[in-house]
Amino acid sequence: MQDNAKSFFSKLGIDTRLLGMIGALVVLWIVFDVITGGRFLTPRNLFNLSVQTASVAVMATGMVFVIVTRNIDLSVGSMLGFIGMTVAALQVQVLPDILGLGHWSIWIIAALAAILMGAVLGAFQGWIIGYLTVPAFIVTLGGFLVYRGAMWWVTKGQTQAPLDATFRLMGGGAEGTLGETLSWGFGIVAAVAAVVLILMSRRRKAGHGFTVKPVWAEGILIALAAGLILCFVWVMNSYPIAKGAMKRIARAEGIELTEGMVWYHGVAIPVVILLAVTVIMTIVASRTRFGRYIYATGGNPEAAELSGINTRLLTVKIFALMGALTGIASIIASARLNAVDVGLGTLDELRVIAAAVIGGTALSGGFGTIYGAVIGALIMQSLQSGMASVGVDAPLQSIVVGIVLVFAVWVDIVYRRRTGQ
Amino acid sequence: MDKQTPLVEMKNMSIAFGGIRAVDDVTVDLYPGEVVGLLGHNGAGKSTLIKMLSGAYQGEGDIYVNGEKVEIHNPRDARNYNIETIYQTLALADNLDAAANLFLGRELMTPAGTLDDDAMEAETRKIMGRLNPNFQKFSAPVSALSGGQRQSVAIARAVYFNAKILIMDEPTAALGPHETQMVAELIQQLKAEGIGIFLIDHDVHAVLELCDRASVMKNGQLVGTVNIPDVTDDDLLSMIILGKKPGEKAEGAEA
Repeated sequence: MQDNAKSFFSKLGIDTRLLGMIGALVVLWIVFDVITGGRFLTPRNLFNLSVQTASVAVMATGMVFVIVTRNIDLSVGSMLGFIGMTVAALQVQVLPDILGLGHWSIWIIAALAAILMGAVLGAFQGWIIGYLTVPAFIVTLGGFLVYRGAMWWVTKGQTQAPLDATFRLMGGGAEGTLGETLSWGFGIVAAVAAVVLILMSRRRKAGHGFTVKPVWAEGILIALAAGLILCFVWVMNSYPIAKGAMKRIARAEGIELTEGMVWYHGVAIPVVILLAVTVIMTIVASRTRFGRYIYATGGNPEAAELSGINTRLLTVKIFALMGALTGIASIIASARLNAVDVGLGTLDELRVIAAAVIGGTALSGGFGTIYGAVIGALIMQSLQSGMASVGVDAPLQSIVVGIVLVFAVWVDIVYRRRTGQ
Repeated sequence: MDKQTPLVEMKNMSIAFGGIRAVDDVTVDLYPGEVVGLLGHNGAGKSTLIKMLSGAYQGEGDIYVNGEKVEIHNPRDARNYNIETIYQTLALADNLDAAANLFLGRELMTPAGTLDDDAMEAETRKIMGRLNPNFQKFSAPVSALSGGQRQSVAIARAVYFNAKILIMDEPTAALGPHETQMVAELIQQLKAEGIGIFLIDHDVHAVLELCDRASVMKNGQLVGTVNIPDVTDDDLLSMIILGKKPGEKAEGAEA
């Protein structure tokens, strides 16, 4: 029976680690749903969960590359705060004076500034690590302190609010979604793309004369991929927008509200950003030279150098990418709160590292997947919001999350030993 | 054959690490279709000498390829002169599969500019079919392979890219008798194709069997270069251990 199951999954070509993580997530969700009497697996809660996960998950994808190359980045939480505060000050104090309040280009300038600032800060850290050979742990520990201090200097500790109205959409909320129709369009395009990619890969492999998966296995995979995407859209499209928010939107768009009219959220914009980041980072990891060199360097730095890979420059690029992703995460986090105070991003570095590690990234280097880190972030966030909705005190939440982190890594180590990786 | 232009000449090569002269004014050369053994104890400087040719180290001295002076600053430069190296450590990324290792640093790309993993696997299957027909684990990371299989991946990497000059650093150290024989046959085959091979080894018998000439090093210096048909294994051993050329009475006098 066990052997049957094993060969079933090996024919499907889904790795057991992914199955394990999804299994853990499903168990977690069901347990919380039972304890809360069905309040956990509701469209409303899943919508919030997806939005809350986005910022940490975006950074976790970058942390995979950092950890795969045997480095660490402890500065991302502080950097997120520093970028968030700078960009908030930019759109609250600087840009309105130059362009006028509510100018259409403010959100674009602010978003680009956030990403650029992250890339520059990250590249600088990467240069110190790669070329001056100061250990990443120390450099980013320094960054952790420097950015948190610098964040205070930007506005002398003043909270910045409210942010630009368009910028705010990137944080989710009633307005910050694709809406029903667009969500369905998004889901259908994504599902079709997934199916086409699976079929193209199959044709390429068959073209080279490699053995391909049986047709039924490929069929199940296609059904799963398309089904999951459309199911997610359906759930997001089942969460009605509250009456107050509906009135606000209707007034803004000049639509007449009638009795019994219901609007639904759809997929939140930060989640769309996360999915785009996940797809792009997966392509980078598995389909580009840059990604290949990251894994080669993590597996054997000496071999990578002997193969002509410039591992120092690679380190700069990896940290620059981590910084740019921190910039994106900072946009999401600040837009969601519609304000930036000096505490923004506190402890995020630990959440991000935990997400990557729970997702199967090995601190010894060489192993880690983008989807793993995203699921890892989702598991962490589910645990935290689940405990909050059950009514667990904050101190006890920390204790549980800490224990789960250590336990998950232990399970991972046992798994690696068994599979001989 | 001495009238020919040497494939490689390394003249007056020196390199020091923290005050220790690992290689001290060594000159060696290599002709097409020739196997030159580099002999010496551990720490004699043979691997260090060869790493200056493969681009891993930058020392002093002049390197000529086909009679032309070349500058080799990194492994990429060496590869551009068709100098391929099979390192003693094999230099494989254990977490990647055979194809990814074979093409590391020289990946095949699709027209869209992404890695063409399928094409790389197909090429890997072809070359492994020639070198080691029993090799089947194409999708496993190389950490899952046996010593001989790992070795054949490292050899395939050097052979695939049309090496003119091949450096083999103890290629049979981790191998069983059958696989050692396979490497010996491969060396003969590559020789026949006109490839020049530097074979680093401390097994005198392997060198006697496979090489045309041997250069012996001791304490970073060249003891001498001899034609293999002219010497016995005792001659080579005394060069390695005592630093004396055959026929020499004492250290220092040229024969």
